[in-house]
Amino acid sequence: MPLATQDTASASEAAVAVDRRAFLRLAGGLTLGFCLSGRAVRVRADEPFEPAARLFAPNAFVRIGPDNSVTVIAKYLEMGQGAFTGLATLLAEELDADWSQVRVEGAPADASRYANGDTGMQYTGGSNAMANAYQQMRRAGAVARALLVAAAAQLWHVPTGEIQVAGGVVAHAASKRSTKFGALTSAAAALPLPVEVKLKQPSQFKLIGNAGLRRKDSHAKTNGSALFTQDLKLPGMLVAVASHPARFGATLKHVDDTAARAIPGVVAVVPFAGGPGYFGGVAVLAHNTWVAKRARDALVIEWDETHATRTDSEQLRSRYRALAQQPGRIAVEAGDVAFMDTPGLQVLDATYEVPYLAHACMEPMNCLVQLTDSGVSIWNGEQSQTVDQRAIAELLAIKPEQVRITQLYAGGSFGRRASPKSDYVLEAVAIARQAATMGQRAPIKLVWMRTDDMRGGYYRPAFLHRIRAALDGAGLLVAWQQRIVGQSIRQGTAFDRGNQNGIDSTSIEGAAEPYVIANLRVELTTPDDVGVPVQGWRALGHTHTAFATECMLDELAIAAGRDPYQFRRDLLAGNPRHLAVLDLVADKAGWRQPLLPGAHGERRGRGIAVHASFGSFVAQVAEVSVTADGKLRVERVVCAVDCGIAINPDVVRAQMEGGIGYGLGAALHGAITLKDGVVEQSDFDDYAPLRMSEMPAIEVHTVPSQQPPSGVGDPGTPPLAPAVVNAIYHATGVRIRTLPIGERIPTNSPRVEPSDASDDPNH
Amino acid sequence: MQTFTLNEREVSVDVADDMPLLWVLRDELGLTGTKYGCDRALCGACTVLLEGAAVRSCMTPVSAVDGKNVTTIENVAADPVGRVVQDVWRRLDVVQCGYCQSGQIIATMALLRAKPRPTDADIDAAMDGNVCRCATYVRIRAAIHQAASALGVEGA
Repeated sequence: MPLATQDTASASEAAVAVDRRAFLRLAGGLTLGFCLSGRAVRVRADEPFEPAARLFAPNAFVRIGPDNSVTVIAKYLEMGQGAFTGLATLLAEELDADWSQVRVEGAPADASRYANGDTGMQYTGGSNAMANAYQQMRRAGAVARALLVAAAAQLWHVPTGEIQVAGGVVAHAASKRSTKFGALTSAAAALPLPVEVKLKQPSQFKLIGNAGLRRKDSHAKTNGSALFTQDLKLPGMLVAVASHPARFGATLKHVDDTAARAIPGVVAVVPFAGGPGYFGGVAVLAHNTWVAKRARDALVIEWDETHATRTDSEQLRSRYRALAQQPGRIAVEAGDVAFMDTPGLQVLDATYEVPYLAHACMEPMNCLVQLTDSGVSIWNGEQSQTVDQRAIAELLAIKPEQVRITQLYAGGSFGRRASPKSDYVLEAVAIARQAATMGQRAPIKLVWMRTDDMRGGYYRPAFLHRIRAALDGAGLLVAWQQRIVGQSIRQGTAFDRGNQNGIDSTSIEGAAEPYVIANLRVELTTPDDVGVPVQGWRALGHTHTAFATECMLDELAIAAGRDPYQFRRDLLAGNPRHLAVLDLVADKAGWRQPLLPGAHGERRGRGIAVHASFGSFVAQVAEVSVTADGKLRVERVVCAVDCGIAINPDVVRAQMEGGIGYGLGAALHGAITLKDGVVEQSDFDDYAPLRMSEMPAIEVHTVPSQQPPSGVGDPGTPPLAPAVVNAIYHATGVRIRTLPIGERIPTNSPRVEPSDASDDPNH
Repeated sequence: MQTFTLNEREVSVDVADDMPLLWVLRDELGLTGTKYGCDRALCGACTVLLEGAAVRSCMTPVSAVDGKNVTTIENVAADPVGRVVQDVWRRLDVVQCGYCQSGQIIATMALLRAKPRPTDADIDAAMDGNVCRCATYVRIRAAIHQAASALGVEGA
């Protein structure tokens, strides 16, 4: 019984509706049941939750049970950003489900059903989950609703048009009949899919935009029952803790495992080779983590460092500074930056530097592997299914579809688990494969200890930006030349198709944007011989491009004698969404009112920054205080965000709060440094995270919008560092151009003014 | 053999005396709500209550809890303070990734027992050892104040 409606379904959206019986077969084969049984978590594979006949699964995204439960299948990883809640909100909205009956589970690895947008790849990232799921999940809910309505109409012999659905109840008012979803699942499962369904208008939304909706994962994450990879224990499972070389690129030469094997409980010592994207080492297998770690620490290993990196952060910094004196590849060009040499212009020349950053997720990297007769099963806080399937398949010489992946909650990611080289996942598989050749075929869970995680590489690359910019006699910004130096996070990965003419767009995204500058050039130099593994970190390139751009804007405003907020406004003509968040944040922060004075001897200041990333627009004002002896405190951050339709307004707020805190931790303390190739940090003492006492008060204001939804996981972070650094200047006159800021502001040093570079022979 | 009271039940484990309580809970007793975050009491993810006080189980040898009372996240709902804290945590949707939150909730229980009406400075002092990389600190602080108010009303 097709439901004819006016709303049209596009071809790509209609493709969402898969053959139901085929899906049930798949669901039956891939569904996993978890139950906590005191000692361990049992996992039963290849067993459907319900007898197929009673299960109503009209598409790949929803399953409705006879008990009225609505299970939303989430193709995006829940790593804290609220994806599970957002996806459930979209589907439940169009299904008119009872929110309390909605539960969420992670989708299996299958790009044919769960690809991200039109990429053909299944992954979570780029803050695009809500943007890409907005139509798809709503349509999935609407299809399920239409089938339930059709089933009720058939049962009650009434026209479908007279049936109402609200709060999980299907009702026919005239005949005073109503029922919950569960009673209709058998009948609905037997009906043909509707050809078209009509989606709600935003004015009809009850769940989307509802700030009172609570997260779907709050309950399990407050009673210890939420299952992370770290928590999963399969029958007979062994824990692997591995020893890695101190220098990237070193290989195993010799291992003496006498002392390790003497520790009671050690099952096996497994030397394993590295490969593209991951490093070899020696793993100890044991029934518990503590034994495995102690034995790992007792290994005596000689490494072959012939091909190991000897990169040194200080030398790298000098090298990048030298590279910034030379032209790079031109990434963006408008007008002619040679205009900068026109006599009479005021030219500023400033160099901004940011270090390597670790993601330092609370849950260190880990991965559970079981080699099976039909391939391999992986349990992971899985963020990049298709890339990982391909990489694992290549390593094991099997087909990608033989790599089954179960997505578990991830204890943070900030980009780390979307490793384009599949590094820690491949390491786990390599250990399991090597163990199998030694006769050990138990499931193996590789657990990185904190130090392994901190020193494991795949950092946000260090970057240097040298910006020369010119003001004319009227204080107008007339030219901007930005030279960017840093490693590519895409080179040699499945995403390097995005690189054009040797330009990795993630190295330059956000640079000088979106300011209207008549003479503009952005150049990029990408060293490819540094030897330190890098990858994306929350907001990718925007973290460093926003820092350099928004700090330079401030320096220019001050040089021009202008208010930094007004100076930005004048350069944002034609960018109404930037302007809206900038105006909102200035208004809410009281930009025009003077700051209240601080305690005796304390200096206070505020700074502003605006930056768009991943389709969303964010402006922030930071207020700082600096004591007489230079101690910095960020007191308050006011944030304005435009992310289109805010699907879950409270999740939007939470992501801005978290993005600010994450960015502040990095701005204040974050730096991974290398000395002669060895990473100097190892734990939360020398790689200090933001702590409670450092968290500023935060106010988040959301611009009401009917634009399509865009992301919130990343965009809250980029404006934070420049807003804080600009505030420090306002408070003290000290211009910070190198991150991290550190504990103290050198307030007794003279003001650092940008040099006048008009006589620089290099230009 | 170590014997202690875990979440109101007596348990015995036959492990080395110096095995950290964290791994006894997680790997021997299957209580995985208490998390591993570091090995050096630097992050607080492994916080449990020992005789009502917050301790880092990663650096607490199991021998140190012999004959004593240990409470983990799995049993906070059975505690009058824990129940309120858990409820407020859910009402405010404090969690993001959630990995550190067992430790945050346990540390909050210990704080509220010691200081029923904590000031912001009390919260800073008590909670600075509990790292949250998602930076949910704004909500943790708000939740602690709300839980204190709720408990104050209940206790009045």
